[in-house]
Amino acid sequence: MSTTSIDLESHGGGHGHEVHDPHFQHHYSTMEQQFDTSKIGMWLFLATEILLFGGLFVGFGLMESRYPREFVEAHTYLQRSLGALNTVVLLVSSWTMVMAVHSARTNQRQKTVMFLAFTIVCAFIFLGVKYFEYSAKFEEGLLPAKYYWHKENSIPACPAGPANQTPTVPGCTHGYATFFAFYFMMTGLHGIHIVVGIGLLTWILLRAKKGEFSHAYYTPVDLVGLYWHIVDMIWIYLFPLYYLIS
Amino acid sequence: MSSHNEPTATHTAAPAGAHHEHDISHDAGLYLRTLIILLILTGITVGAAGIQFGSGAANVVIALTIATIKATLVALFFMHLAHDKPVNAIIAGGGFIFLGLFLLFTFLDVGTRVPLLPSNMPAMAQPTPTPTTLNPLLTPPPQPLAPAQPLVPAPAAAGGEGEHK
Repeated sequence: MSTTSIDLESHGGGHGHEVHDPHFQHHYSTMEQQFDTSKIGMWLFLATEILLFGGLFVGFGLMESRYPREFVEAHTYLQRSLGALNTVVLLVSSWTMVMAVHSARTNQRQKTVMFLAFTIVCAFIFLGVKYFEYSAKFEEGLLPAKYYWHKENSIPACPAGPANQTPTVPGCTHGYATFFAFYFMMTGLHGIHIVVGIGLLTWILLRAKKGEFSHAYYTPVDLVGLYWHIVDMIWIYLFPLYYLIS
Repeated sequence: MSSHNEPTATHTAAPAGAHHEHDISHDAGLYLRTLIILLILTGITVGAAGIQFGSGAANVVIALTIATIKATLVALFFMHLAHDKPVNAIIAGGGFIFLGLFLLFTFLDVGTRVPLLPSNMPAMAQPTPTPTTLNPLLTPPPQPLAPAQPLVPAPAAAGGEGEHK
């Protein structure tokens, strides 16, 4: 098992401490305080993430209550098996992520790199599955709002009016188009978070490879881990709401 | 990991993990158990979706309850809230409390309305006399104005003061 010695070097500058970690910033009194501060900042950011997606969930619920029958039918266009597969992929990636944090904290550099690489692979699998799902929806015309052109709907969603006042939306499908507007916006925003996560994980992986992390300093691994788990947590709610409810 | 070089001055190095009072050597097992429970719960939620529990609302409640259990497990163990400083859990809980308020008041409103779209009311689905608009909710028919209600009391009603310039 490779062990990483903590590179403690003397600092010429004087604030009483003879030695300290090179990552230790001068405006903190201890490494622990520095770590806790970073973590509180991250959690505040995560709280805003909860509220960002929360607004979209409320909007989805509102529209579902307005178009209940269209929404239930639109759910059936989503492939439950692919949604379940992606759920499993993300849960496993959350586990590899927490193991990467654990390995960094216990000075196991090789394992940290390996688990981070696994996490990135899972993220790409997730995006690959999403790509197949999205392209199938594009081909069928199951698109957001005015781009929706899928014609085989059981409910002519717009009230039938005089011919000259019939709206130009094919099949007049507000409920369906609204469902797919929310579907693409919410899973799309979630997908953007996955892409950002891949970038962050790669950055952490490169730093871990250089042996920057140890039990004395693993804050970046921990914080990226927290981000990755919140992305997983959002999917935990997206999956039943979009794929399961019928 | 047992033989790693001890920092020469542990008091200044102050390992970031030092404040975790629990023994982190058992964490790997804890994480694996958490993952297994999460996967089992995913299986249960997929299985439960195939069964009709009375009404559609019951299925929604069951699915979201399981999702909440899963999210709690992720937060407690993967995100370390169970063994972390309480301030982080308070921040996370605060986010969810405000989201809960948002949901509560929105759906108190929605739940106390009647469905207006004819397509959602099977009993009224037959052609209605004059449905001319795309979406009655968005563009309600113009209402005849109620008899004018003066926003400001008429000077006469104000009594003697109105006349007293």
